[in-house]
Amino acid sequence: MNDYQSVYLALSVILFSIGALGVILRKDAIVVFLCIEIMLGAVNLAFVVFSRANQSAEGLFMVMCIMAVAGAEAAIGLAIFVLLYRKTGTINIDKFNLLKW
Amino acid sequence: MKFDLVWLIPIFPLAGVLINGLLGRRIEQKNKSLVHWIACGAVGLSFVVTLGLFFKLLGLPADKRLYDFAWFPWISSGVFHVGVGYQIDPLSMFMCMFVTGVGFLIHVYSIGYMWHDEGSYSRYFTYLNLFMFSMITLVLADNFLLMFLGWEGVGLCSYLLISYWFSDLANAVAGKKAFVTNRVGDFFFAVGILLLLVHLGAHGIWSLNFSVVFAHANLLSPHLVTIICLLFFLGCTAKSAQIPLYIWLPDAMAGPTPVSALIHAATMVTAGVYFIARCNVLYSMSPFAMEVVATVGALSALLAASIAVTQNDIKKVLAYSTVSQLGYMFLGLGVGAFAAGLFHVLTHAFFKALLFMGAGCVIHGMGGEQDMRNMGGLRKRMPVTFYTMMIATLAVIGFPGFAGFFSKDGILWETFSGAHGSYILWLIAVLTAAMTAFYMFRLIFMTFFNECRASEEVQKHIHEAPKTMTVPLMVLAALSIFGGYIGVPESLGGSNLVERFLRPVFGLGKDKLLQSAGGPGLIHRAVSETAAHQSFSTEIQLMFLTAMMVLAGIFAAYMLYMKKRSVPETLAANNPSFYRLLLNKWYVDELYEKVFINPLRSISFFLWKGIDVVVIDGMVNSTAAFFMKCGSAWKASQSGYVQRYAVSFLVGVFVLIAYYMYVR
Repeated sequence: MNDYQSVYLALSVILFSIGALGVILRKDAIVVFLCIEIMLGAVNLAFVVFSRANQSAEGLFMVMCIMAVAGAEAAIGLAIFVLLYRKTGTINIDKFNLLKW
Repeated sequence: MKFDLVWLIPIFPLAGVLINGLLGRRIEQKNKSLVHWIACGAVGLSFVVTLGLFFKLLGLPADKRLYDFAWFPWISSGVFHVGVGYQIDPLSMFMCMFVTGVGFLIHVYSIGYMWHDEGSYSRYFTYLNLFMFSMITLVLADNFLLMFLGWEGVGLCSYLLISYWFSDLANAVAGKKAFVTNRVGDFFFAVGILLLLVHLGAHGIWSLNFSVVFAHANLLSPHLVTIICLLFFLGCTAKSAQIPLYIWLPDAMAGPTPVSALIHAATMVTAGVYFIARCNVLYSMSPFAMEVVATVGALSALLAASIAVTQNDIKKVLAYSTVSQLGYMFLGLGVGAFAAGLFHVLTHAFFKALLFMGAGCVIHGMGGEQDMRNMGGLRKRMPVTFYTMMIATLAVIGFPGFAGFFSKDGILWETFSGAHGSYILWLIAVLTAAMTAFYMFRLIFMTFFNECRASEEVQKHIHEAPKTMTVPLMVLAALSIFGGYIGVPESLGGSNLVERFLRPVFGLGKDKLLQSAGGPGLIHRAVSETAAHQSFSTEIQLMFLTAMMVLAGIFAAYMLYMKKRSVPETLAANNPSFYRLLLNKWYVDELYEKVFINPLRSISFFLWKGIDVVVIDGMVNSTAAFFMKCGSAWKASQSGYVQRYAVSFLVGVFVLIAYYMYVR
């Protein structure tokens, strides 16, 4: 494994951590959503790095799948936020705790 | 007529129950009289069939008079089989004859009595027919279990009919009292049957059939037989209203008067007498049980007679008189005079039903009045009722020539002379006879003689009862006179047909007794019979003595309630405590309340509040509460905030990664 590979992996970990912290800490639903996208980007980066290191196309294939899923997810997620906003006038996720006992 | 047709006897009333019970309301709306045509017709047909079978039985030689009709199997469990079957022998036919006969007359009488009643006409006749079905099952059954079914059935009907006017709380309470008291007796009765079954089963006899059980009775140890007999007798004291369980019968007078006549005088209460007579083999094996039966009978007769002297309710007097007369019957059974006891059952059915029906006419005519202090002078207004009741009264007190005289004399004589009798019991019985004469004539004088003490309004209303009521009275009056002549004792030149007819049933018991006593049975019997022949003159002297006592009783009643009518009040005023003791029925009800009912109630209350609510409910509720607490502890983890779920998800992923990296 070359040095630049570990740099890329470190970048991936940093991006993933930023995304995870954003998901956990931020209150604006759209920001949370963007943070999820950051996490997915970090994962994609890791896949690309390993794919390159192993000289195989499997990781690249996974990346294409993840990007397709992320696109679909973005469309649905944004539609949900629009509806939530129409219904309640806010997209602060601390206001939504109906999913419990 | 074939004996196999015996199943028709109970089927007719059962059909009446089904028709009137299921369709009664509709029939009643369309045509009210159809209801009583069905009910009376059913019992009438039963009577006709009984009559046919009775005469067929009479046509057979005495030792062939036993037929067991096994109808269909009922319970089959391994080696134990019980079937529904009817036994035809002199005893069951004897009972069935007067049960259906008197029952039919009372059904007819009920038409007049209940016609204007506001309650449901069809419900009344349904219950009455159900009673007839149960009673017929009781007397015809060929095994203990089927008999017990009838035994319970009559108890149920008694309950239903006592509280027939259930909208009045007092009637409902009286019905409940009768039912619960009977249940106490029935419990012991059932235990007796089970004991019999288990111990005969130990010898390989898994049967409750009467003839099988009695044929193998000698396999049982004497102590066991005594216990079983006493348990059975406790059951009989409840059903037949003897000490200690007689208390329900006077209260049972809350029911309609024809019911009092049918169930609580003529038929149901004699079930105990019938049963002991049926089990004469067992009782003959246990002299102690016989002594208990005789003593309890004599004491019940005396106690009830003493209470009857002070009662003012016309039906209550008759109720205590019934207890007293039943006491005579048990006395007869207890001293071994089974036939005499049953003869008294028969004559008692005639005259006591007649007395109750006469009282019913009086109550009917007086517009529901039952207190004798508000009656009087009814002799002219209700002549038929007066004359028939007079005949019944003479019969019940054992006035020479009337039915009660012959049957009562049979019991008294056997008590005096029989192997199991004693002078003390005889003395009690004779004293009771005098008291019977006194209180019965007190009833007659207070009701029918002197001036009428009813209010003007009631007086205007007094009328003789309709034909459907008076005709049964006249029939029973004839039977109360002539019914006794079928059992005229040999000392008076008669041939005692009743005893001769029933002898095949009781002969077995007597032989068993004598064999168990060690002697050769038949010779003993011959000797004792010749001894009996020599003592005819003694018997006649005793009869004379009893008749004198009865006349003294009548005379006393005449003096106190016709001539010097202020005397009873002065007597009562001079002996206030004794008078109150009698008026309040020796405080037996209160005693039972204190000794049995209240402790039981406290125990029940404790079981309810202490055991049921605290222990059982507590266990169930705290189990539920425990799981609810667990649930509430965990429910905090389900906050509904999506970010918290994300945190736990993340933590989980880290834990899994750490596990795979470092632990594995």
